[in-house]
Formats: sequence, structure tokens, C-alpha cells
Amino acid sequence: MSIHIRGVSKSFGTFKALDNVSLDVPQGTLLALLGPSGSGKTTLLRIIAGLEWPDSGRIEEDGEDITDRHARQREVGFVFQHYALFRHMSVFENIAFGLRVRKAPKQEVEAKVNELLHLVRLDGLGARKPAQLSGGQRQRVALARALAIRPKILLLDEPFGALDAKVRVELRQWLRRLHDEIGMTSVFVTHDQEEAFELADEVVVMNHGRIEQRGTPEEVFEHPATPFVMDFLGNVNVFHGRVEKGQAFWHGIPIDYPDYPHSQARPARVYLRPHELDIARAAAEQPGGNAATAAAVTGSLPASVLRIARSGAISRVSCRPDGSDTELHVDLPTDTARDLSLQPGERVTITPRKVRVFLPDPEYVI
Amino acid sequence: MTAHDAVLRSPRRRSVLPGFGISAAITSVMITALVIIPLAVLALRAASLGPAEFLAAAWTPRARAAYAVSLGASLTAAIISSLCGLLVAWVLVRIDFPGRRLLDALVDVPLALPTAVAGLVYSTLYVERGWLGRFLVPLGIHGAYSWLGIVLVLVFVSLPFAIRVVQPVLESLDHDTEEAARMLGASRVQTFLQVIFPAIFPAVLTGFALALARALGEYGSVVFISGNMPFKTEIAPVLIVSRLEEFAYAEATAIAVVLLAMSISLLIVVNWLQQRVARNAQ
Amino acid sequence: MSKPTITSAHPLTHGLLVAAATGIVGLLIVVPLASVFAEAFAEGPAAWWRALAHDPDTRHAIWLSLTVAPLAVAINTVFGVATAWLVSRFRFPGRSLLITLCDVPFSVSPVVAGLALVLIFGRQGLLGPTLESLGWKVIFSWPGLVLATTFVTLPLVVRELIPVMEAIGPEEELAAVSLGASGWQVFTRVTLPNIRWALLHGIVLANARAMGEFGAVYVVSGHIAGATDTMPLRVEKLFQEYRTPASMAVASVLAGLALITLVAKVVIERRLEAEARELEAARSLPDTLDTTPLDTGFSTATKGLTS
Repeated sequence: MSIHIRGVSKSFGTFKALDNVSLDVPQGTLLALLGPSGSGKTTLLRIIAGLEWPDSGRIEEDGEDITDRHARQREVGFVFQHYALFRHMSVFENIAFGLRVRKAPKQEVEAKVNELLHLVRLDGLGARKPAQLSGGQRQRVALARALAIRPKILLLDEPFGALDAKVRVELRQWLRRLHDEIGMTSVFVTHDQEEAFELADEVVVMNHGRIEQRGTPEEVFEHPATPFVMDFLGNVNVFHGRVEKGQAFWHGIPIDYPDYPHSQARPARVYLRPHELDIARAAAEQPGGNAATAAAVTGSLPASVLRIARSGAISRVSCRPDGSDTELHVDLPTDTARDLSLQPGERVTITPRKVRVFLPDPEYVI
Repeated sequence: MTAHDAVLRSPRRRSVLPGFGISAAITSVMITALVIIPLAVLALRAASLGPAEFLAAAWTPRARAAYAVSLGASLTAAIISSLCGLLVAWVLVRIDFPGRRLLDALVDVPLALPTAVAGLVYSTLYVERGWLGRFLVPLGIHGAYSWLGIVLVLVFVSLPFAIRVVQPVLESLDHDTEEAARMLGASRVQTFLQVIFPAIFPAVLTGFALALARALGEYGSVVFISGNMPFKTEIAPVLIVSRLEEFAYAEATAIAVVLLAMSISLLIVVNWLQQRVARNAQ
Repeated sequence: MSKPTITSAHPLTHGLLVAAATGIVGLLIVVPLASVFAEAFAEGPAAWWRALAHDPDTRHAIWLSLTVAPLAVAINTVFGVATAWLVSRFRFPGRSLLITLCDVPFSVSPVVAGLALVLIFGRQGLLGPTLESLGWKVIFSWPGLVLATTFVTLPLVVRELIPVMEAIGPEEELAAVSLGASGWQVFTRVTLPNIRWALLHGIVLANARAMGEFGAVYVVSGHIAGATDTMPLRVEKLFQEYRTPASMAVASVLAGLALITLVAKVVIERRLEAEARELEAARSLPDTLDTTPLDTGFSTATKGLTS
């Protein structure tokens, strides 16, 4: 079942939670709504579920307007952030709830619940109370309960938010496989970009009640549409630069920027991802440098190393570019860092492989 | 904006959660029938008297004496309750001793015991032949059919309020602040006066106001023990009842409105105090 | 009640404080309570039983109390649940005014409340003559007793429920709605089991207050022996008639009920505390129990789920 959101707005008092949002979710897609808290992503999810009414706009399923349909009749599976399991019911009764209120025959309920218990790998735990389960197990009960009513759409609100790191990664992979198996249109809300990128077919980045960008994880990561998306998707170095005549300048290094052909210089913001920077010892201390290094140096920035932090597979080198007060972070594989064996205070050159430039005026955003 | 807040909205279209209509209907019908209409009728009846007539009914020497007895005995009882309540709450929260849980449960007796029973038993305890009266009456202490008797039963009925308001606040007190104060060289008394008391003072005040409100309106226990002597041991509720029994409705209403005004102003004070406590807690 | 935080005071100070607290509670509460039973049974259980069972007016008072109190409590239960649902699940104009109004009976003297009812339903009241011509009697009759008792106990159930329902939050009910439950199903299967202990707590407190109510009932009852006397009123009448032992016998029944109430209260409060801890645990949870392997296929189980 596909979902079409058309011009939905929603305010809580003076707070504008959603501002004219339109979005299509094709059949079978696993879509992530990604954004900081207060960006409207949860409100949008709840509007799709019918747990919240939009002030204006429409919701359609396969072209049918369901805006006025009560949550009870929407046939949407909703997994709540804190699971909202029925505390006084056993796991079995939790999963059976949707079937029981539909007056399904007893045997059918039993067969279905056992099937779901098996699906979520909780065989034999049907008699337990939610309080006797771990967070990950509760999450799977919530999922089984939502799936029991054979929903047309599955909605998950921060499905992994309350879990610890190890369980989270495991459940994420499991949920992806489950989705591939069932092929149900699914939307989940998250503030964690890693989670969104790993799990989703498509990512919708939201901010201040609007959609900033929508695309595959790769598209969104490689071609962020706005400074907000760039900022939000993990670590980034931000510097002030300027643009003129089709070129942006960052510490004197020219970067092609054909979107601004005008001759009048304008301030711009320059974004560099730490892992898209190359670092090398400054030429003076590296006389035997090969030709490729020498070529890179021409578009390079001299800097001095402040400190090196190793965290697992990635090491982070913090530098201060000459003539700048802002620190610049460079991420590189720990193996490479070890080979390079930089020391604090050493002189280096930094070469950006990829630079993104945004003008403050949204008219010129690439 | 949390998800919780998001659901709790005025049901503009249809609310997602069911039952707004029926629960609003039940609530408004019952509040109107049981609270608003009776109090409005009382106020209207008093207003229909006109100022001069109202004053003549509500401000007779006997009525003034009754207000004085009511206020005086209630204030005294509320002060005693607050002090005793603070001590009992302190012991229950801070000291572990055998029987602590029993003592904690016994504190609620006045909430469960009918006030008539309390009045009856207090009056038999403090008469000359009573369990306590046989020791006290020879000393000249008359705990029955006296002003002191009124205070005693009012302390009984209001004590749980004074304890139960202070107790949770004492429990939630940050122990570290106290220890820090002690380590900075404050004496035990200084620590109590300068660290603990300011923190629990709003609760003590709220407990005092609740105890006072309860004491002001109390009738069942007082009627047994006070002797109900006009000008001496007659409280305002007793006067209302005796006016009513004489079918002097106007006078009863006028006195009731004065008593109600005292209680309502207390309610406002309690609300204001609670809001202050809530603000301070944030 | 949580475990006390022991201060490092001198044992003697502790001893004195405990003695003072025990003395206050003992003198004000325990001695009177004990003396009720001592006085009631002073002439032996047989005399006690005679005083209760062989006096038709006392029997009628017991029967009337056992009718009026449950009726008032039932009305308050409906009111309490409806109001708590309204206040804790919806935001609407006048909500805080409503909460204040629920508390008003606590600060109105029961005598004043009784008087207000007399002014409405009494012979010279607003509705009295109309009701009388219809043959309905409220004042000096049991409906007046129920109304008066309902008024004084009005805040007790709702006050218990509102904080508990606020703490639980609406998510479970929303989950039930999205799973297709009707309003009644949400209430009976999700809400009611969640609030049952708080509701019971309120009912027990309201019942104790209802059984013991004196002032408001005194005013509206007309004090007619064998007709409108409840147990507390009967206690007073017997006392006025200088029949103190009989009065004490009735009082001892009420005191016994009070003791049962207290025991029930303690038991329910333990349940409530346990549930509050569970709720706390459900909100924040260390994930240490999870050992289920997840990387196994699910082809068989997903059949029929595909939409």
C-alpha cells in the first residue's frame, strides 16, 4: 500500500509542528523520517497512523482519501517509542489483543500468535509479563502485536531509541530482513543518521516542520541539498569563505562553484567532511614525495597538528590551518594514521577531496 | 514537544481517544448538581437577605462568639497538629525503629474513624471517671465539655493532614545538602533551621492550611465533647444546626456563608501555596 | 513508604524523638481507639450483641448505613473515573477550574453542605414544594442522605485517579485504539486494569468517609430514629439518651470497620507502590537479559503477513 501525504500542516498552540508537508511513500518502501527533536517527524508519523489529526492537508492510501478515517479503522501497525505494551497482560495477550477485539475465533488467535511469537523469536515466552522482558524483547513484542492485525502499513516511532548499542545494531539488521521478507510499506522515525542510512531505502530529512531533502541514503549523504542536511548528517568542518566569478575560496584555495557567476564577492560557508580530507606531512620534511603528492599540494592548506585521537578503526587528527582560529578535523583509517605516525606540533598539508559550498541566501543553494 | 503532549489536545475534530463526550457529560452534570448549584443557592439565598438583614443575622453577639470559638480552637488545633505532625513525620522518615510501619499506619486512623466515634470516645476519656480524666480532672484540666475538649478532637481529626503533607517532602529532601552543611561546620540545630526547615516550610504551611480547613468545618466530633454552651463552647457549625432546628433558615444561611467565606479563602491560600511549592521544586 | 535515611544523631536523641512521636500517636489515636472496644465490651460480648441486634432502631441504622454508603460510593466511582479520564486524557478550556471544583467539598463544612441541600430540596426550598407534590421526598429521607454523603466524599476517588492516570500516560490506550479496540474495549481491557488499585484505594477511602459522615447527614436527615438515622447518628442519639454502653457498641462496629479500612489501605498501598516501581522500570531498562539469537531465517513465519 502506498501512502501519499498532501500539504499537511499541524500546529500545537503557537508551535508549528508541520508546515505544508507533502510526501509519497511507494508500496514496499522502507522509509526513514530523520531529523532532530521538534522537527515534526513524530507528528507526521502519528498523523499517518491517525493518532493525530492534521489541521489541513490530506492523507491518501493508494489514492483513497483516509484523512478523516479514525485510527481504529486505519489498519496501520504502530510501534510506539516506549512500546506501550499492555503492562498487565502477558506477552501472548498483548499480541492477541488486536485479534481479540476483532472477535477472531479462539483457535485462529492461538495459531496466529504462536506464529508471530516464532517470527519475533520469542517462542516459549508467551506467558511472561512485559516487565519480565528485556528492552529488545519488548520491542519485538510490540512489533508482533502491530503485525498481528495484518496492517497495510507499518509505522515505527524511534524503534531502537530505548535500546543499548549492541542490541540496537542486531535488531536493526533483523528488522531490515523482516521488511525484505514481508515487503510491507514501512516508515520509521529516528534522530540517528546511522540508523536511517543502514536501514532505510529512502531517507527524508526534516527540520522545523518541513522536509529538507528526500532521497536514497547515498544521495542524501553525497549530495546534501541544504546546509542543515550537511550539518545534521554527522561530523563536518564548517568554515567561512567567499564566492565570486564561479569560484569559491577557502583559505585561498579555489573551488569551482559555477552557480555563482557574478563578479561581486559574497560570503559563503564551506563544508568539509573529516573523512573527505587527505593529510600529509608538509613537503619540507618529506623531500622524497612522489609526483601525486606534489600535485595535491598545490590545492592544499598548510596546518599544524594539535592532537590525535584513536577510536577503533578511525583516527581523528585535529589541526589548526595557518592563519585560522578554527580547528579542522581529519578522519583517516587508524592503519594509515599509524603508518603516518604524526606527532602534535608537526607541520602538515591538508587536501580536500570534496568541498561543499553554501551561500547564506537559499536562492543559490546547490 | 513530546508525543504525550501531542495527544492531549482539545478534541477539535474527533479526539483519537474515545470518551470525551460521555465523560464530559457525566462530570459536568455531577459537578453542576452537587457543587455549583448548592453553593449558588446558598449564595443567592444569602444575597436575597440584603446587607442590613444579612448583618443582623450573621453578626449577632452569639454568632460572633461562635466564630471566635471556631477560629480560635481551629487555629490552636492546627498549630498543635502542624508541630506534632512535623515531629511524627520526621521520626517516620528519618528513624528506623521497631513498629515504624505500625505507627505509620496508625496515623491514618482519624481519616477512617467516623468523627462521631472520635467525639464520643474523647468525651468519655476526659470526664472525671474516664481513663484520662481521672488523672487530669484533679489537676484542674477539663478535657471534656470545654474549649480544651474542642481543641483535642480538632487535633485528632486534623493531625493526618499535617503529617501526610510534610512526609513526602521530607522523604524527597536531598541528603547531600544536609551532609554538606554538617561538613561545613553547621551544628545540628543550625542545619535544621537553615537547610531543612526552609525546604519543608511550604509543605508545613500547606499542611497547616489543610488542617485548619478541616478543623473549621468539623461538626461530628465537636458536638459530642464541647457541651455546646453559647458564647463559650459553641462553634459556628453547631450554631448553624441549632438555627436550622429552629427553622431560622435566613440566619443559618447567613452564618453558613460567613463560614464558607472563611473556608474558600483558605482554599485559595492552599492553592497558592501549592503552586509556589511546585514552582520552587522546578 | 521508603526506607528511612538514618541520621547519625545520638541514640538518646533518637530514643526521645521516637518516644515523643509514639506518645503523640498513642495518646491522640491509640488510647481512644482502644477505649472504644474496652467500653463496648465492658459488660461482655453478650451485652454488646444485645445492644446491637435487639434494638430495632439500631438495626435499622446499620441497614441504612450499609445502603447509603455504597450508593454514594458507587456514584463517586462513576464520577471519579469519568472526571479523571477527562482531566488526564484531554486538554480543554476550564480544565484547571474543574480540578479546583472537585476539591471544593473538602473545604466546605459538611454542615454547610447539608444546609445547601435543605435550601434546595427542603419544604421551603427551591424544589421542595414541586418534589413534594410529586410525592418525592429528598430531605428527611434516604435520597437526601445519599446526596449529602456523595457531596462530602466527592473528591476522594477522583483525587486518587488523576495522578495515577497522568503518570501512566495515554500511550497504552492509543496503542489499543490503533489495534482496533472500541472505546469500551479500551476502557475495560486497558485502562481499568491499569488503574484498578488506585481506584480501589479511592473506593476504600470514600467508603470509610461515607460510613462515618455525620455533619451533612445530620442536617438533611431530620434525625428520625428507625427511619433516617445512620450508624453515626445512632451513636449520637444513644449518647444523648444516656445509653452510653449501647452507643459504644455501635461505635465499636464503626471503629472495627475503620480498622479493616486501614488494613485494606496498607495492602492496596503496597500494590500501588509495586506498580509505580514497575512503571518506572518499564520506562528505563538496562538491556542485559537479551540473549535471543536473531540471525535465523523467517521464511515460514512470514507467510500470510505479506500484504
